Amino acid sequence: MKILVAVKRVIDYNVQIRVKEDGTGVVTDNVKMSTNPPDDNAIEEAVKIKEAGKATEVVAVTVGEEKAQETVRKALAVGADRGIHVKVDGILEPLAVSKILQKIVDKEKPDLVFMGKQAIDDDCNQTGQMLSALLNWPQATFASKIDVKDNKLEVTREIDEGLETIEINVPAIVTCDLRLNEPRYASLPNIMKAKKKPIEEIAASDLGVDVSPRLEQLKVEEPPKRKAGIKVANVAELVQKLKNEAKVI
Amino acid sequence: MAVLLIAEHNNKELRPFTLNAATAASQIDSDVHAVIIGQNSADAAKQLSELPVVKKVLSVEGAHYENFTAENFAPVIVKLAENYSHIVCSANTFGKNLMPRIAAHLDTSQVSDIIKVISSDTFLRPIYAGNAFATIKSNDAKKCVTIRPTSFDPCESTGGSAPIEKVDASEEFSNTKFIKREEIKSDRPELGTARIVVSGGRGMQSGDNFKLITEIADKLGAAIGASRAAVDAGYISNDHQVGQTGKVVVPDLYIAVGISGAIQHLAGMKESKVIVAINKDGEAPIFSVADYGLEADLFEALPQFMEELNKLNTIQK
Repeated sequence: MKILVAVKRVIDYNVQIRVKEDGTGVVTDNVKMSTNPPDDNAIEEAVKIKEAGKATEVVAVTVGEEKAQETVRKALAVGADRGIHVKVDGILEPLAVSKILQKIVDKEKPDLVFMGKQAIDDDCNQTGQMLSALLNWPQATFASKIDVKDNKLEVTREIDEGLETIEINVPAIVTCDLRLNEPRYASLPNIMKAKKKPIEEIAASDLGVDVSPRLEQLKVEEPPKRKAGIKVANVAELVQKLKNEAKVI
Repeated sequence: MAVLLIAEHNNKELRPFTLNAATAASQIDSDVHAVIIGQNSADAAKQLSELPVVKKVLSVEGAHYENFTAENFAPVIVKLAENYSHIVCSANTFGKNLMPRIAAHLDTSQVSDIIKVISSDTFLRPIYAGNAFATIKSNDAKKCVTIRPTSFDPCESTGGSAPIEKVDASEEFSNTKFIKREEIKSDRPELGTARIVVSGGRGMQSGDNFKLITEIADKLGAAIGASRAAVDAGYISNDHQVGQTGKVVVPDLYIAVGISGAIQHLAGMKESKVIVAINKDGEAPIFSVADYGLEADLFEALPQFMEELNKLNTIQK
């Protein structure tokens, strides 16, 4: 079984986001970038499945500008076998990314495609489901547990009401929740080894996909600020304030 | 052209956020039709027809719709989409799973998780865990929009009498099979719609200690929430998680106990009307969004809180 894992480079989850003064976006210059957190879970799961002898190859793919390749290199350092970097500049909508990934799937013919359930920058939560639609494959979204059984997967999904278990036939798409596993850190020797693993570079323009945006981002602004609160001295004062000042209990 | 609302239900009745999505749909265009796909879902369809904002109900029945699988739902909606300008549903796990599958089939760039309808093609949505708001205009002929349910009031649920029209089922998608659903039943209000939420974090130290929270929640008629750290540690089940990748809540009162206030947690609760933080670390970021902060050991503060509540003559429910 061959697993393709899609990874995205985003502003690190610990960075305090700053909105640009001209309202065109958020500040990304000199800001720490990392792999989208649930994409790390996707890579980890694929590598674990390979280590368990149930997959033969793990291929990491990213779509984005020059520096996006760092995320593929990181995936290689934690156990992916080789990488693919589809180069394209500018903002891509999930629909465009899923069309590009469809072309990569056509070429690589993986049995499974894994990715994070949501990117923490645009918070869209779309790409995996869109790719499943384009391929007409089953989709297991928000996965917190995956059991590989021959040509099937049993996947536990986190839903609002609790948990749901589904069985999907391969080929299939899985989008991963942060609770799926604990991603490993890359060791220094593995980081060195990863530098020798191959990364194939493909220009998005060579894939024959229309990636032009359908959405216009008219403005990006700061959310309204909450007015500063107060510290209370003790529980009695807190309850008194909630009852008589805020009038919520 | 009219707007098509996708109803969320459990085959017996509508799920509450359908009413919030109906409000959002009616702000896009007053001509709202609603599709309900399920098995033996006639009662829920009737309920849907009674929403005054809904002008027509389309009902699709089939055994393969019993468990709301996106792979089965999408083809039905894609076919119906011909007659509509917008497809709308809630940005909860139901809509997040389903809508992109529809959008890709329609070759439409979806607008996710909107918090405001500015016009029929322009919407406001949070990005970066709510640390920025983006105004987005869609240039697609058909627009697929998911709405953040807590940002729209539920619509009236009675008084309407829309006609219910049957629509043919589509073929079953055989590569996905539903096995089971483990729903956590509770007598408490739903987290997403509760007036008061009491949440615990890593500071609770164990699942057992959550009984301190449960007790207060019961007294206040509140729902119980949790930070991701508390869910990851196994103190409480995932359906309680509040945050960027969990649930977004906007209660009148949110009480955060032993929660430090990571950006990802704040994303799920900082729009709450009144926020209380109880934490022994006075520097914890949660205090920056709290209206009332109490710097204290929660294991002392929570029993005292319960005592003070017990002293009150009345408690709003």
